[in-house]
Amino acid sequence: MNGFEQFRDKEHVKTLVQKLHTIYPGGELKLMEVCGTHTMAIARYGLRELMPKGLHLISGPGCPVCVTPSSIINASIGLAALPGTVIVTFGDMMRVPGSEKSLENLKAEGADIRVIYSVLDMIEMAQKERKKRFVFISVGFETTTPGTALVISEAESRGLDNVFFLVANRLVVPALHALCTSEDIQIDGFLCPGHVSVIIGYGAYREIADKYGVPCVVAGFEPVDILMAIIDIAARVSSHTAGVGNAYGRAVTAKGNTRAQDIMRKVFNTVDAEWRGIGLIPESGLALQEEYERFDALKFFDVPLVSKPDPKGCRCGDVLKGVIIPPECALFGKKCTPTSPVGPCMVSSEGSCAAYYKYGD
Amino acid sequence: MKEERILLTHGGGGRAARDLLEEIIVPIFDNPVLDRMEDSSPLPKEAVGLVMTTDSYVVKPLFFPGGDIGKLAVCGTVNDLATAGARPVALSVGLVIEEGFLVEDLKKVLSSMKDTADAVPVPLITGDTKVVERGRGDGVYISTTGVGEVPEEIRLAPERIEPGDVVLINGPIGNHEASIICARNDFSIGAPVKSDCAPLYSLMRSVLDFVPETKCARDATRGGLAAVLTEIVESSGCGITIEENAVPVDDAVQGICEMLGMDPLFMANEGKMVIIVPEDKAEICLHAMDQVSGRGQSRIIGRVHDRTPRLTVHTPYGTSRIITLPVGTQFPRIC
Repeated sequence: MNGFEQFRDKEHVKTLVQKLHTIYPGGELKLMEVCGTHTMAIARYGLRELMPKGLHLISGPGCPVCVTPSSIINASIGLAALPGTVIVTFGDMMRVPGSEKSLENLKAEGADIRVIYSVLDMIEMAQKERKKRFVFISVGFETTTPGTALVISEAESRGLDNVFFLVANRLVVPALHALCTSEDIQIDGFLCPGHVSVIIGYGAYREIADKYGVPCVVAGFEPVDILMAIIDIAARVSSHTAGVGNAYGRAVTAKGNTRAQDIMRKVFNTVDAEWRGIGLIPESGLALQEEYERFDALKFFDVPLVSKPDPKGCRCGDVLKGVIIPPECALFGKKCTPTSPVGPCMVSSEGSCAAYYKYGD
Repeated sequence: MKEERILLTHGGGGRAARDLLEEIIVPIFDNPVLDRMEDSSPLPKEAVGLVMTTDSYVVKPLFFPGGDIGKLAVCGTVNDLATAGARPVALSVGLVIEEGFLVEDLKKVLSSMKDTADAVPVPLITGDTKVVERGRGDGVYISTTGVGEVPEEIRLAPERIEPGDVVLINGPIGNHEASIICARNDFSIGAPVKSDCAPLYSLMRSVLDFVPETKCARDATRGGLAAVLTEIVESSGCGITIEENAVPVDDAVQGICEMLGMDPLFMANEGKMVIIVPEDKAEICLHAMDQVSGRGQSRIIGRVHDRTPRLTVHTPYGTSRIITLPVGTQFPRIC
């Protein structure tokens, strides 16, 4: 038996599903997951089919690529067009449409755009190609951000003058606040992201549970993990005790990874930030601390961030807030498909629309 | 297709590549044989029983665990012939070599082609060589065209499948792509994974000897098992259901997929044949496959379900998901 099998064991899953049906308090419950990997896992294992009637699993803004505003994409395209610059990005960002083009289109037109899997790769490239200026499109939640922070710190200690960062990192907990105060949606419980929680600790959700009375339970990514978390939430709803739970005990602690938190704080400070389709969420984004400002791509290259309205008919915002499910968007599967996406939810490997399209209904 | 330029995804073996074929290349050539878009095409009537196929090979790195571009260039084309039940009769070879490519490496690639071709066996009877300036190629690109001979009584085509037929595969999936990922060293993953690159003519010979009623065969290359089954579903108009638990995946490949957030169903293979046979021939087909692949390698993985064209995967939990063709390659996840 390999490491995963016990968390995918079908007998265990069956027992958990029976337990969920037994303890389910009845009525309509909307549980939101805010992690793209949860979106995919739920679709991949077909977990919605196993839920009691009335229990809805809704996807939220848990995909860092999907929530990147088009102004950032447009700025990356502006930077790519500058002579001597190399745009460095995660693969998912390549196909996200800006107002007119994507990075993929620009690459075909001759721009030097390179897909990397680890931000450290950029440091190696920058040291080899000193005459070029490397710009990393930095997206991600707290899972990814500490790694980026480490690389910026490394760039600083190596005295590199040809690396820059277009910072569009986001924080999860402020988004949960925004969702709880939104009039568009009523959420009864949060399935909290597994990997983000490894970094921030499950204690970080205490403020959400206490302020809004919404249970928050951290879940892992295997069927057993997700079901255990859902059972915990259902039990808390039943007994009217919100609070915070941890169903991913093998990876997540209350305090999280304090070293990772420290490096994030060292390099970044918190700012108000725009989330595509949702709008401005206070204190939800990151910007470079003053001592690292020389690495800020927008400042160095003097490229403005220009907001343009999202394409007509695009309802990524409503999908990201869980107001609608992807098939309810008029463009889904018709004008907006993985081949020709209108909005980012269809592009990213962890986007809700991509999940619905790939693993269909 | 709205793009003005060719993008990388058009070569990804997914939806975008299919769109390029269907909307631009096939209409311009305007040929009823090409319209069917099968892996091997019959030659004009005078040449009875002959089929032809062509493929180009641009793999990077050129040498990887379990093979190299030369072995790939022979196997890929021999296997496309094999999907028609054809005995390979001849192969042509086109080489585009980058200026500066080491002669020693070229010799290795060519020897690999010869060794693989001899093992099938198929003669390499004609070829062409070009050299391009440094920077205009990745060492070497290879094109091979194969001609094969199909016995009159054999006709393998997706259109022949019907509800009740059984779907089989000759071994675990994803090994080729996993070995390339490791060889590219983007992730510094060390894993005991080798490409499954292998010629499949003898497998198909055994299957057709034991089961002349075989309906259809396709090799699962780029885009993986999911891509090839989606093509069969679209061409046949039938629905296919796969039992996830029945699809063999090696532990090392599974581990790589877990780390990178990839799905083995979509990962490339170079030595896997999907075979569809009538239900009552399933066991004997397994036996035929065992003769070549070794006992226990081959599996029944699903069946042709109905006449609603859809590829469905049954999970071990009694739930299902529907698989559609991805646009291009999978990217590893960000977080």
